[in-house]
Amino acid sequence: MDVNQETRREARMANVFTEHEAAVPSSQRQAVIEELISWAARDERVVVVSADMGAAVADFRKHFPNRYFDFGIAETNTISAAAGLAACGLVPHVISMAPFGAIKCAEQIRTDVAYNHLPVRILAFLSGLAMGFFGTSHHAIEDIAVLRAIPNMTVVAPSDPLSAVALLRASAAHAGPVFFRMSEGVDQFVYPSLPDVQWGRFLKVREGRDVAIVATGVGVPAALRAADVLAGEGISAGVIDAAFLKPLDEQAIVEAASATRAVVTVEEHNVLGGLGTMVAETLARHRLSVPLGMVALPDEDLEVGVPAYLLNRYGITPDGVVAKVREVLSSSSVAGHRL
Amino acid sequence: MGIAEPKAEVLERGRQVSPEELERRARWLRARVVELIHQAGLGHYSSSFSCIEVLCVLYYRTLRLKPSEPAWPERDRFLLGKGHVAVALWPILQDLGYFPPEWLERYGSPGCPLTDHPDMKVVPGVDFSSGSLGHNLSVAVGMCLAGRLQGANYRTFVLLGDGEIQEGQVWEAAMAAGHYRLGNLVAIVDANQFSGGGPTNAAMTIEPIGARFESFGWISREVDGHDIPALLKAMDELPGPDSDRPVCIVARTRKGKGVAAMEAAPQQWHLGILSDEDKRRILAELNAGSREG
Repeated sequence: MDVNQETRREARMANVFTEHEAAVPSSQRQAVIEELISWAARDERVVVVSADMGAAVADFRKHFPNRYFDFGIAETNTISAAAGLAACGLVPHVISMAPFGAIKCAEQIRTDVAYNHLPVRILAFLSGLAMGFFGTSHHAIEDIAVLRAIPNMTVVAPSDPLSAVALLRASAAHAGPVFFRMSEGVDQFVYPSLPDVQWGRFLKVREGRDVAIVATGVGVPAALRAADVLAGEGISAGVIDAAFLKPLDEQAIVEAASATRAVVTVEEHNVLGGLGTMVAETLARHRLSVPLGMVALPDEDLEVGVPAYLLNRYGITPDGVVAKVREVLSSSSVAGHRL
Repeated sequence: MGIAEPKAEVLERGRQVSPEELERRARWLRARVVELIHQAGLGHYSSSFSCIEVLCVLYYRTLRLKPSEPAWPERDRFLLGKGHVAVALWPILQDLGYFPPEWLERYGSPGCPLTDHPDMKVVPGVDFSSGSLGHNLSVAVGMCLAGRLQGANYRTFVLLGDGEIQEGQVWEAAMAAGHYRLGNLVAIVDANQFSGGGPTNAAMTIEPIGARFESFGWISREVDGHDIPALLKAMDELPGPDSDRPVCIVARTRKGKGVAAMEAAPQQWHLGILSDEDKRRILAELNAGSREG
């Protein structure tokens, strides 16, 4: 059986170097660019910069040719230059390829952008395993861990095209830096309409009383499908969209853990330092004794392959979430309580 | 030392100041650096001394400033790429009225906004924070692009260490400045020939500095970085900010300039603290160099 063969049709890999929409499977990216164009038309402070990602923002460039700056394949220079633009009153949106947008520039993000409270927005496309076939160099799976440790950063992760637009729109009122962790393969809509984003708050997607699934990015649609399957088994699973990874909505985590028998986290990120870690820290801080399962990537050399294959391989799928919920619930009999 | 605060609201470019007055300010600034480092307990003496004349010429002649409104959009920007010599910037900014003298009295104490490296969040007059070498030229590129987009005619100056230009990001920025034809950008390299670990070129060859910048589309000028008339000429002859090539001024300097013992052992005084006795002796040496006393 050739899993790759099977999944290739399901998950074409995004080609960021083409301006032809037909070759770009990400409606999330398209939605974000359209929103940027519309915002830029109203607000002349909005500019776009990138390190050789101009093709991904061809439409923006057509509308505002003098408000796009390309710095070539020089990511660190791009971040620091964006900080300089921001220090002069502009609101630069850095379009980046996630594997090189966060950890490669971690020091520039910290020292030039976050430390100085500047309104630089980093739109990191192709996060997680979206470029899984290109090699481990192209896996962007440590960014949450790195960025959450930087003071003043806000880290958001849309779960569908509508939440991407809603988060971008909400960011307009935020004075500090924002990192957008943009997954690919989230063309499945989580929301029927633009969700009402409250800055720093998770979004409750589905109510449930047995288990709370706290998911981020591509984890959210996977969790929703898992909840459907679990419902057929008589398990009531709530789904929470952890759209904000920093600041963390601790209250939502505490409420979810207190109202259910278990918590399962889902993320396309290393199991160390990401959403699962944050939820564990929160539960411990609030002295909540709740079985916790983490669907995440193992801290080891990952395989290389197309995204759908890798997500399947590491269980970041509806089936993987269902299995984790069953496992965690089997070890749990009482609702979360304080120690 | 009795240097009066300027009265003018906007300090225009090319304002009147004699070379003798700038010489006097340079001696005053070296003495202030010695006193402040002594107060803090540790600091970068010799790296500060190599760029004293450059700082004096910029702040008392070249930069268009408005100390009463530090964020004035039309001001010229100055970024201290070699942020470890902020101790040489603090007396100037205080003298120009950006913050009260009490701040200098508290230098080195916890809670004082003035630290070893500049922080734009807390010190009026600091146009950008620095500390991590190699970043500020990139930041300046962003500022110059913003100026172009906004139709402003400010210049952005960056003072780089010669060791700092070993950082790869400097050349990413140099490439971008040439590409975007940023004639509103001026980089000054304090070529004092030493970095923290030893002679700069022994660690990694950086010469020929000017030719390297020129190959990225810049104009370069060589100048004796302690020769005030030569520095004045170089700054006065800068092409207008609406010109189309960034300028690199290679300031040939001596690490530890002005203090014989530090010129003789520049490496030893990259970071250090003078004994009380040495401090008295060096202040006397600096004062003796002043005809005005």
